Amino acid sequence: MSSTPVSSMLLVLVASVIGSFGAVFLKLGAGKLKDGFRHLFGWRLAIGVALFLISSAFFVLGIRHGELSVLYPMVSLANVWTLIWSRLWFNEAVTRQKLMGVGMVLVGVFFVGMGSQ
Amino acid sequence: MSTLTAPLKVHDPARARRKGVALVFGCTILGAAAQILMKTGANQLVGQSLSGILSNVPLLAGYCLYGLSTLLLVLALRDGELSLLYPVIALTYVWVTILSRVIFHDQLSVSKVTGIAVIIAGVVVLGRNTKE
Repeated sequence: MSSTPVSSMLLVLVASVIGSFGAVFLKLGAGKLKDGFRHLFGWRLAIGVALFLISSAFFVLGIRHGELSVLYPMVSLANVWTLIWSRLWFNEAVTRQKLMGVGMVLVGVFFVGMGSQ
Repeated sequence: MSTLTAPLKVHDPARARRKGVALVFGCTILGAAAQILMKTGANQLVGQSLSGILSNVPLLAGYCLYGLSTLLLVLALRDGELSLLYPVIALTYVWVTILSRVIFHDQLSVSKVTGIAVIIAGVVVLGRNTKE
């Protein structure tokens, strides 16, 4: 039924996890900016950007084969991981509003992927 | 002593939220423009020589815009919640779909239009002020 190789799904899944950690480090670094803009060149933001770059490399490798309607939403799973990390690291509330927003974004990205074959 | 009499900064969560979402909004527009420029640059690229890449203006401009886009995201995250702002980045899909239609004449389909409508609705849900 599915013509999307498992290897592609794994690559994209790894990209989403790495990307979500990139977001965590960006947030850590962004918080430091309150102590001064010299933190713009701090290690937290550097790691965040590096993780984003690595994540996009996995993403590019992952979407070479397979169906985008499957692979695009898998990248957006980064939103779900980020929601979890935000709760764990930054003690942010998981509200119904956020769950609904993330859910709609996932559905929307699925449709965009479906139309992008 | 003027600092003592200066009005205290009133923390307005609704305003802070709007500011964060607006910054990420800008971040997605720059990110989408970056992707379009990089696509344009990639189309012009012949071979894989380093000099070819370094003299490719759209490609380099794309990277610069990516940098700016990340900067806006960081500024948004400085005061905003990660769990709220991160999903807003999905707006990039909306701008890329529209720009690809306009610039590369990519085909629009019912599911693409549905998808961008649902993403926009999701971002509206995230941006709304609720008492929670």
